[in-house]
Amino acid sequence: MARAVRIWPAVVALLVAVALEVAPLPAVLQPLRPPLPAMVLVYWTMMWPERFGLLTAFVVGLSLDILHGQLLGENAFALCVVTYMTLRFHLQIRIFPLWQLTMTVFALLTLNAFLQVLVEGVAGLGTLGLRQWPRVISGTLVWPVLMGMLDRVRVQNESSRGSY
Amino acid sequence: MALTTVDREPGRFRNASPGPQLFILCIIAMTLMVLDHRNEYLTGVRKTLSVLLYPVELLVSAPANLRRSVNETFMSRSELLAENQRLKAEALARSARLQKLTALQAENARLRALLDSTSRVAEDLLIAEIVAIDLNPFRNMIVINKGSHDGIFVGQPLIDADEVVGQITRDRVFSAEAMLVTDVDHALPVEIARNRLRTIAVGTGELDRLSLPYLPRNADVSEGDLLVTSGLGGKFPSGYPVGVVRTVQSTTGQPFLEVAAQPAAALNRIREVLLIKPREAAVPAAPAVPAAAGDEQP
Repeated sequence: MARAVRIWPAVVALLVAVALEVAPLPAVLQPLRPPLPAMVLVYWTMMWPERFGLLTAFVVGLSLDILHGQLLGENAFALCVVTYMTLRFHLQIRIFPLWQLTMTVFALLTLNAFLQVLVEGVAGLGTLGLRQWPRVISGTLVWPVLMGMLDRVRVQNESSRGSY
Repeated sequence: MALTTVDREPGRFRNASPGPQLFILCIIAMTLMVLDHRNEYLTGVRKTLSVLLYPVELLVSAPANLRRSVNETFMSRSELLAENQRLKAEALARSARLQKLTALQAENARLRALLDSTSRVAEDLLIAEIVAIDLNPFRNMIVINKGSHDGIFVGQPLIDADEVVGQITRDRVFSAEAMLVTDVDHALPVEIARNRLRTIAVGTGELDRLSLPYLPRNADVSEGDLLVTSGLGGKFPSGYPVGVVRTVQSTTGQPFLEVAAQPAAALNRIREVLLIKPREAAVPAAPAVPAAAGDEQP
């Protein structure tokens, strides 16, 4: 069977998500910025678990820490745990109907936010707290759209080997 | 593991054992966090990684830069003429003021010599632009387009045309992160220009508000007082304006006044900043003031 799955569109999608995380936004919208890197990562881990996983999560997390000027390893840690959960249950959540999947993503994003708040709390930086919620909610709302876009990218690039 | 058997390409399944891998990566992440938080061990690592990520920074700030350069290219002649005229008038006014300054400087040096006190250090300025990058939305931080490549160092003070802006907190070689004076972690030793009453201005996280929490109830402070840097702490040179006192509130039963000040210009609208660089020849030793007065981020 041809395993000519083109992987670079997925990598580009991840890079774009990371770049958008620091792209300038009006001050009003800044707290509402959806956590795109985490979402794109969850998507690819769920769909192509043989290509994307914990190492990808770690690298993406470290890049985010550097770009944000946060504690080195904070995002890496949170994203690794989120990716682990996705990886562990990817066969179940892959066949969820959209609304159930969206709820799952909500849970995963909450976990992501919680881990970051936890780390900052332990480190005594405590700047986030409740202000993470708008991000989680906007991320959940954006998920169906994002999923539609990434689905097209995926189907185009794995057509050679049939689809799930 | 169960996952492997179900997948279509078992041979290529890299995440066959995510559990141990997660464990190892979490240990690495935690080690990084502890090292980064406790000590300065990871400055090198951070620098290297940020150089690798510099293309992302360029990419993200490209649209803003493009817009700026397009605006400049297609400015109309009349606009340019008007701007030129305005700048000329400004330059004239400034040079008129500067004439006096030379004389005053000389006089100041003479008087200081008479008093046997150390002379003020002259400073060099370096212009940097703010890069259109959003950092953590909950912190008042900015990225500027000059880094250690251009001779910038951590702790270097930033000013703009009329006020103190912040200080460099992290160096990214080709760019640098700076903390604004209004960040919650920032404290700046200031004095009231009118009566030289010294205190500390603490950031509130809001871009238009500084708080002065350490003034006793009988302190001589009133609305409209100008705050300038006091130079204690050794990081910021003295005499640069910081802001204006807006409200003074005295609550019965509280030992301290609640004083709020407003930075002199809108910190969210600045585009260029000036970096102050003390001249090598006459760098004074950091004054031995109490540690509490140091401008520090914890």
